[in-house]
Amino acid sequence: MEFIRRSGGRTVPQFCLLAMALAPSLARADSILAPVGPVGRGDSIIILDALVIMLAIVIPTMIATLAFAWWYRASNARAVYRPDFTYSGKIELIVWSIPTLTIFFLGGVIWIGSHKLDPFEPLPSTAKPLEIEAVAFDWKWLFIYPEQGIASVNQLVVPVGRPLHFRITSASVFNAFFVPSFGSMIYAMNGMVSQLNLQVDKPGKYLGFSAHFSGDGFPDMRFDPVAVPPDQFAGWAAGVKGARLNRAAVGALLKQSRAVKPYAYKGVDPTLFDAIAAQKLPPGEGPQSGRSGPGAQNVVPHGGAP
Amino acid sequence: MFGKLGWDAIPLDQPIPLIAGAVVMLLGLGMIVWVIAKGWFPYLWKEWITSVDHKHIGIMYVLLGLLMLVRGFIDAIMMRAQQAMAFHAGGYLPPEHYDQVFSAHGTIMVLFAAMPLVIGIMNFVVPLQLGVRDVAFPTLNSVSFWLTATGALLVNVSLLIGEFARTGWLPYPPLSELRYSPGVGVDYYLWAVQISGVGTLLTGINFVTTILKIRAPGMTYLRMPMFCWTALASCLLILAAFPVLTATLAMLTLDRYLGFHFFTNEAGGNAMMFMNLIWAWGHPEVYILVLPAFGIYSEVISTFSSKPLFGYRSMVAATLFICIVSFCTWLHHFFTMGAGGDVNAAFGISTSIIAVGTGVKMYNWLFTMYGGRIRFTTPMLWSLGFMTTFVIGGLTGVLLAVPPADFLLHNSMFLVAHFHHVIIGGVVFALLAGIEYWWPKAFGYRLDERWGKAAFWFGLVGFYVTFMPMYVVGILGMTRRLQHYDVADWYPWLLVSAVGILILMGGAACQITQLVVSFLRRHELRDTTGDPWDGRSLEWATASPPPVFNFAVLPQVQDAEAYWDVKRRAREAEELGGQPHYAPVEMPRNSPTGFVCAFFATLIGFALIWHIWWLMIVGLVGAYATFVVFAWRDVPEYVIPAEEVERIDRADRQARQEALSGAVTT
Repeated sequence: MEFIRRSGGRTVPQFCLLAMALAPSLARADSILAPVGPVGRGDSIIILDALVIMLAIVIPTMIATLAFAWWYRASNARAVYRPDFTYSGKIELIVWSIPTLTIFFLGGVIWIGSHKLDPFEPLPSTAKPLEIEAVAFDWKWLFIYPEQGIASVNQLVVPVGRPLHFRITSASVFNAFFVPSFGSMIYAMNGMVSQLNLQVDKPGKYLGFSAHFSGDGFPDMRFDPVAVPPDQFAGWAAGVKGARLNRAAVGALLKQSRAVKPYAYKGVDPTLFDAIAAQKLPPGEGPQSGRSGPGAQNVVPHGGAP
Repeated sequence: MFGKLGWDAIPLDQPIPLIAGAVVMLLGLGMIVWVIAKGWFPYLWKEWITSVDHKHIGIMYVLLGLLMLVRGFIDAIMMRAQQAMAFHAGGYLPPEHYDQVFSAHGTIMVLFAAMPLVIGIMNFVVPLQLGVRDVAFPTLNSVSFWLTATGALLVNVSLLIGEFARTGWLPYPPLSELRYSPGVGVDYYLWAVQISGVGTLLTGINFVTTILKIRAPGMTYLRMPMFCWTALASCLLILAAFPVLTATLAMLTLDRYLGFHFFTNEAGGNAMMFMNLIWAWGHPEVYILVLPAFGIYSEVISTFSSKPLFGYRSMVAATLFICIVSFCTWLHHFFTMGAGGDVNAAFGISTSIIAVGTGVKMYNWLFTMYGGRIRFTTPMLWSLGFMTTFVIGGLTGVLLAVPPADFLLHNSMFLVAHFHHVIIGGVVFALLAGIEYWWPKAFGYRLDERWGKAAFWFGLVGFYVTFMPMYVVGILGMTRRLQHYDVADWYPWLLVSAVGILILMGGAACQITQLVVSFLRRHELRDTTGDPWDGRSLEWATASPPPVFNFAVLPQVQDAEAYWDVKRRAREAEELGGQPHYAPVEMPRNSPTGFVCAFFATLIGFALIWHIWWLMIVGLVGAYATFVVFAWRDVPEYVIPAEEVERIDRADRQARQEALSGAVTT
């Protein structure tokens, strides 16, 4: 499995254990345990480390539970009945120590991991990160490439081997930007800018979506991120065709729509992202009409480009 | 005249809620007609609806909880079926409806199934274990119950009139604000939860007072049964956490009704605050449920191992430790908000520290079994199922408490699997064990063991088949609350999960069959001694079912295991303690206050949801008038004469004497 090789054999026994414990299917494409970048690798190694630390006390506890219950069954004449065995200082010491020490150890993993893998922290790299601005709308994603002066809806293309710096906000309700293979997710929130640093090392087509429920069109906030070699990325960026992304175009995006087919904008108003984040543009419109009861909605059902 | 309410509120275009709502309504009406036709209404009114007896209120709580458990389970079946059918397809539920189903499932299961069941068992058991006659405020107790029932009623009314929230069980703004949720769904949620929340808060006040101030003579704090300790911890959490919920929902209500901007996108509102506040309640809420569950396991494991609880003081310490630390962890519900390494690490560590308290408890149960004589009754099976299941749920929980792990697993199906693992494996197993364990005390007959064990095995296997695949799809990246999806890798696992829910349905069928079969065989299963399990605490020292005054003479407690101690001395002396001296007993009078209050609360809630302002005023005036009438009552109590107490107690003592001589001769 790929992530084993990439981890440099540092924790081989852990991975052997994982391979035994979890079905091979978990390492398939788009699994969080088959990351294609340093952030995803860091996250998933921490998952496995924490898992192994805890299994070390969980498995003996489970075995002891079943063993004690079976041996001390009422019908077992060989088991010694000790109705007055209700306290033992030594055992108390041990039962408080084992979980405490485990949590001490795990606490270290948590402290170091939280700082090293803080999504806001830039990745250690000599290359200058590619800037991408992501905006969640009801119910589609807008990705703005300010340096390239282009933007796309429900389509994310990134170059491999170069750090990616995302600035993320929402034009309506909460969402979360998530590409499992890339690594960490982070919330997209109206009136706030969150940052996410990622890097992709392997070309391919991946699975991306919103990981925070945002209303009826939530399942359609799917996009297929594509990672390509840098020269192909440059070629793609130069060849993008489309209308200019200005305030009027954003106004159209603010209307609710579902399962929007990917399309692009050529030419981007550079102030747009910050205007949305600073709430200088109105937020997403929500449903077109208030309703008291259930029934049909005035939502563009399966729209393409507006 | 009727505010926003019109004929368009009836979902005539949506057959599923329409038919479901209509069936429930007809069944309800049918029940009422049947009860009246049979002439049972006066009995129901006198013995149950207006009862302030903690035992009857407890049983009504449990009944409400079981009904809502079935309702929430039907929602669960619908969700599993939808996701099994929704690969590259729309399934059978449109998003507008599916979103209501998962929102209702969460709300109902936590607030209207688990909470009433936990509080119901607390109601029934705590005063008996403390060796007293009732709770501190019996009428308030009745008010609590009926307000909870009001909340449950409002949630279910939304099936047929209007809609329920489509925002998830915690209505995160801005999605839950008027702009994005203009319908009445969120309003149903708000008022149902607010009204039942008042009931829960009153329960917290009532039980903290009861446990702190009213105990049998000699029952010091460190002689209280473990269940009472966990009930105390749980109620302290209620006192601290529920006001936060009330305030948070009140702010959202102001946003929606009066144009405030606490959490809106505009005018300086800050939706992040809602998440902080709601989880400042929401995380302790989990421990409000699970601490009494731990108490139930402590009682069951100790009784059926025929040993006192191992490390009692350690268990008390661990309970209070969890009680306090549970307030310091809420932020782990949104590590992905990006609060930075320091904050995330601090809350990650505080969250995993809770596992220390839980771990200590686990080991103490283990050593309670060590050197015991274990009887594998149904409650004991549930407890063993819990011990092996909960450690895995705890493990995945601590995993999610590691921020970088959470960055991949937040909101995923892995998370869904985790919290079902701890809530079903921890709380629901305990509630089923508790019902099984205390049923003979409540109704005077044991439950059929064969059907109970069948329910356990179906439940355990069904649980694993349903939820283990969710861990897998979570690792495969699947997020929660998807009405449809197009990822082929997920599909087979969701089919397995759907099979699992079929097995769980088998478990539910066995459980219901058990209740029916046991009722039909109740004469064979009769418990005459009041102590069917060879119990250790005071609830087993009185008859099954206990008389209205619980104990003819208040017990004198001399040991941490009050009734075990009495039995031991009786066995040594080969006779029961001396003939007690009977005195007249004062008991609180029944009162319709709770029921009438809840009736007006229902009007208020419904009127606020639909903006029927005159009806709201009628409700408020009515509720206030009820309070005034109650406050001015002249005779709050009645007296049961000593002869009557003696007559009732004599039969119980005779059965115990026979049981004792039987035990001595064998």
